[in-house]
Amino acid sequence: MPVTDITILLFLGALAAGLLGALTGLGGGAIIVPLLTILFHVDIRYAVGTSLVSVIATSSGAAAAYVKEGYSNIRVGMLLEIATTIGAVTGAYIAALVSPTAVAVIFGIVLLHTAWTSTRPRVEHIAGGPSDPIALRFRLDSTYPTANGPQHYQVQRVPLGFGLMYIAGVLSGLLGIGSGVVKVLAMDRAMHLPFKVSTTTSNFMIGVTAAASAGIYLHRGYIVPGLAFPVMLGVLAGALVGARMLPHLHTQKLRVVFSVLVTALAVELLLNAFTGKI
Amino acid sequence: MSVPHTIVTGHTQADDRTEQVVGTVLRLGVFIAAAVTLVGGALYLMQAGATRPDYHTFRGQASPLRSLAAVAHGVAAGNAEAIVQAGVVLLIATPIARVALTLVAFAMRKDRLYAVISAIVLALLAYGLLGG
Repeated sequence: MPVTDITILLFLGALAAGLLGALTGLGGGAIIVPLLTILFHVDIRYAVGTSLVSVIATSSGAAAAYVKEGYSNIRVGMLLEIATTIGAVTGAYIAALVSPTAVAVIFGIVLLHTAWTSTRPRVEHIAGGPSDPIALRFRLDSTYPTANGPQHYQVQRVPLGFGLMYIAGVLSGLLGIGSGVVKVLAMDRAMHLPFKVSTTTSNFMIGVTAAASAGIYLHRGYIVPGLAFPVMLGVLAGALVGARMLPHLHTQKLRVVFSVLVTALAVELLLNAFTGKI
Repeated sequence: MSVPHTIVTGHTQADDRTEQVVGTVLRLGVFIAAAVTLVGGALYLMQAGATRPDYHTFRGQASPLRSLAAVAHGVAAGNAEAIVQAGVVLLIATPIARVALTLVAFAMRKDRLYAVISAIVLALLAYGLLGG
């Protein structure tokens, strides 16, 4: 296929991924790699490098939009970014050691998990018990704006959250995804941050995490201009349009669509891996 | 701020100001990166639109645009692919600039603990982009 055709098709695919990612709040990164490998027969290493670029683009774009609302917790984000960036560097090194087939299999499993969690209701875990002493030491407790004025929250189980964030970083660096699902899990379930705080803080952290491994991938030649150009611009355009449409849509149905799509991609990816096509 | 507390700092006005600056930097960084990529991409389509690249075979180390120096040389020579890659580098640099700014903000507030934490994150990011 000539460059012009690939560029147009990739742009459209990335646009759809960015749109769906923004509307479901789950990011488009999980869709880019299967899209490139299954539909465009791109080597999974190029796909991972390209996907990381798109993850930085959407995270930075979305974080810029959220930042004014005062939900994100800078201290929690910065402390946990130590864990995610070390994880991302680890993940990028693991990627060089394992076979592309192994990466595809791990990717398929992570996609299935993402599909499963995205349809389940999120349960708020605020309050309950005093703050973790580490949270006090690092001044992590904060407030966030609600209809009834600023609401205080206490941060729990910091070491568990930190450990989960390291795993999120490894997956991000290995697979070229944002790992938003694992990040939110760490902040919701382990650390008991309110939804709005964990979602916006996670969005902030995704770009930093991806930037840590993207540099390493660039040096290894995983990022090629011919793929990065249409995918980056397509995902950005999709995310921008998605953010505009968001207030007018019923997102629960979209999450089901997302979940079905991700499951199908996961199965296809695993089949390709087991039949030796990747 | 309705919850004064002896230990807890809460979400301060200084936090808000930092976040606003950070938001502007993120928007600007993404915009510049996208604009550079668009220019490079348009040139690339004009120059190589009819060629048939093979992305199915991974060449990795054979790619010429793997270092910041190589990208800079390519841009100086007007190479379309190098301009796209420069856009990618600018995009990677955007969250790094965000961390650097946050470090400055913590240092100005004499928050030594978080200045050090930001410096650790910044060092890890610099390692990825410059060393790796």
